[in-house]
Amino acid sequence: MTHELRFGEIDPLAIGAWILGTGGGGSPYLAQLCLKRLYAQGKRVRIIQPEDLDDDQMVGVASMMGAPLVLLERLVNPEELARAVQLMESTMNCKFTALMPIEIGGGNALAPFLAAALLDLPIVDADAMGRAFPEATNSSFSIGDLKMYPMALVDSRGVEAIVAKTPDWHWLERASRALCTEFGSVTATCKAPRTGAEVKKWGVLNTVTQSINIGRAVQNARERLEDPVAAVLAQESGKLIFQGKIMDVDRTTSGGFLRGNCNIAGTDSDKGQNIRLAFQNEWIAAFSGDEPVASTPELICLLDTESGESIGTETVRYGQRVSVVVLAAPGHLTTTKGLRHVGPRAFGYDFDYRSVFAA
Amino acid sequence: MKRIGIDVGGTNTDAVLIGDKSILESIKSPTTEDVMSGVVAALAAVAKDNADEIGAVMIGTTHFTNAVIERAKLERIAVIRIAMPAAASLPPGADWPKDLLEVVDPMIFMVKGGHEYDGRPLVPLDTDAIKEAAARIRDAGIQSVAIVGLFSPLTSECEDIAADILTQIIPDVQITRSSRLGRIGLLERENVAMLNAALKACGRKTIDAFKSALQQAGISAPFYLTQNDGTVVLADVAATSPVYSFASGPTNSMRGAAWLTGLENAMVADVGGTTTDIGSLVDGFPREANSVVTVGGVRTLFRMPDLLPIGLGGGTIVDPDAGTIGPKSVGYRITREALVFGGQTVTATDLAVASGRADIGDKSLVKHLDQSFVSDLMKTSDMMIEESVDRMKVSADKVSLIAVGGGSFLIPDRIKGVAEVHHVEHAGIANALGAAMAQVSGEVDQVFAGLGRDAAMAEAESIAVARAVEAGAIADSIKTIEIEDLPLAYLKGDSRRVRVRVVGDIQHDLG
Repeated sequence: MTHELRFGEIDPLAIGAWILGTGGGGSPYLAQLCLKRLYAQGKRVRIIQPEDLDDDQMVGVASMMGAPLVLLERLVNPEELARAVQLMESTMNCKFTALMPIEIGGGNALAPFLAAALLDLPIVDADAMGRAFPEATNSSFSIGDLKMYPMALVDSRGVEAIVAKTPDWHWLERASRALCTEFGSVTATCKAPRTGAEVKKWGVLNTVTQSINIGRAVQNARERLEDPVAAVLAQESGKLIFQGKIMDVDRTTSGGFLRGNCNIAGTDSDKGQNIRLAFQNEWIAAFSGDEPVASTPELICLLDTESGESIGTETVRYGQRVSVVVLAAPGHLTTTKGLRHVGPRAFGYDFDYRSVFAA
Repeated sequence: MKRIGIDVGGTNTDAVLIGDKSILESIKSPTTEDVMSGVVAALAAVAKDNADEIGAVMIGTTHFTNAVIERAKLERIAVIRIAMPAAASLPPGADWPKDLLEVVDPMIFMVKGGHEYDGRPLVPLDTDAIKEAAARIRDAGIQSVAIVGLFSPLTSECEDIAADILTQIIPDVQITRSSRLGRIGLLERENVAMLNAALKACGRKTIDAFKSALQQAGISAPFYLTQNDGTVVLADVAATSPVYSFASGPTNSMRGAAWLTGLENAMVADVGGTTTDIGSLVDGFPREANSVVTVGGVRTLFRMPDLLPIGLGGGTIVDPDAGTIGPKSVGYRITREALVFGGQTVTATDLAVASGRADIGDKSLVKHLDQSFVSDLMKTSDMMIEESVDRMKVSADKVSLIAVGGGSFLIPDRIKGVAEVHHVEHAGIANALGAAMAQVSGEVDQVFAGLGRDAAMAEAESIAVARAVEAGAIADSIKTIEIEDLPLAYLKGDSRRVRVRVVGDIQHDLG
């Protein structure tokens, strides 16, 4: 069973994806624009529910990889994403019957939709993170120890590359990143193919719908002049942990990541309190003094208090009025194995994950 | 040396004549239907017999913004984007509103070439395609062309070569290079270049009209146009880059506030007839918004002041039955409709007069207003201001606030979190003053690779200084007012994006 993504759902999908990006993942704006143009040309994308996948059905995982700043110049190209998918098909000598996003957070939520529109393939209502994370090792497919190779990379000049085999997820990341850098720090990719059975067992399910619902809740609240932050909280049963104003932000890059801290001074009911958000591309943890109050893998979303718009780690700045919202983490990420991949310690923090939803 | 500053707004045309450190003459007059006759009158009113002693005239105008918003006075353009095979999916104008696209009707060329973030060519530039484009542009009779190269803020080589080819084939063509106008962000920079190209003829015409207005007022001094960032450029240069004058109004008010008080770091509340803009001065210049700004529905990355507008101004309408204030305003009709001017509408100005905070019009006409009604609503108005000021503050420390604009009396003397509120004489013409005291600037926003932080910042600073000198600054007077760097994740070789802005005093022997 599939249903068609309506034109009016493209904006909510992008708004929701930007919120689920938890500060990273890159803005969905360009992909959103591309998808609308494809719709204007008569292309359509269907959504298929994961439970409707056959176990041996082949699913392609398409995404953009690279530096968000470079993407701002080279732009997203649906043709290149489609070529990455086709390259994988010819390499594996298989035919994909559906595509899916690797991460529902940020611009990559929409990337496979662009390929899907051109190739007339449905998109699975699922991803492998339920949010955005910096690396493929942070995905639920990595947590499930699924095969990580091969990986297809396509450059706009017509360079096509395959990382045929790697011993682990780390080497996949290193090898593909080296190619990506050589291409000019941006590339369209198709990651290791997944079977329907793998997607059903290890995918983070129904996240496309989740993203659209979050975006629609924000849109509706704005139209009715209601509180969009409250709308997100209600839609996702999330928890508002702090409201305040950005006081300062420090950023550095190390190891290819944008790292840093952002201090927020409380307003309203949090007046007199302070909170610090640590980031590594995405928001990773929130601290009150030295005490962690929220952390990955739960989704720390920094929203503009007035508009409900998501604020990224690259664009956060002094004076913004913000609400720190925490959304529950997908089940795959909170298991013992999952936490080894995406818990606080995976990002270099010396404390254990504790849910903000725990009593 | 004397200077005239003039701010041509939608409602008022304000002009001021300043000496070394003092205001010699000033006038606030309604903007006329034909605009220029009001400009001539205002110029004559402040210049009086001093026309010969005037060294420079600085003009702030909303002409170009209005042209885009009204979709009027725009010309047909061609766009040459040099980025293929990259960026192929979203052609120029991809995110423009349909009605604007129809008016500008760009002839689009997408050509192979451009660079990568590290300065390597993406692919060799296809000069044959540029020649072919030039011939077709010539045959179509299009006179204004925008040239946009991939990563051109880093290296404008492709744009420069294309411009040379174009000029050879169409000698009198008007060229806008995106590298001169915008930052990293291909679509936004291209949008700015296209708007600029579409405004070229309007720019020339407007500058010529100002030139003749000055002549009619007997002034022969060189004249400048104020820009979004609070600096000025010579009018003839401004004519080639009309987009730089988009947001000059609020910027001028804030610069004027700095001049009136001598404060370089403070918050400013600019109270007009309909809205109040709250912003921050950092080292004498408005703090800029670091985000996408839409002009007439087009996304841009302009250097615009970071302002919080609130629906409260001198003409804001009070609903006596509901006991609410705003957001509707009587606007420029205030001198007819407010109670103190003999009208029938209760406005914020009437409340200020009734509460004794202002003395405008005939205060006997508001005597009948209930005192507790007045003081409750003044409290509401004060709360709106207090909340907005707090929002725009960048630190918990107490700052000073300068109240300017025609409705500056609405700003209370005491605001929580504000050390001191400055109400000053001439606050009503701060915008014209800001224009009069403007300086020239140079800016750079580029990615530097493999230099290290200090070397990259030094390199950026020297480029910015060179640009300021080119724009007419005295080299010795140049100071850096903004420098920031953003290390870039994913990019190899210690890459960082550095943004520097410098300003300097105007070299008066120019022009």
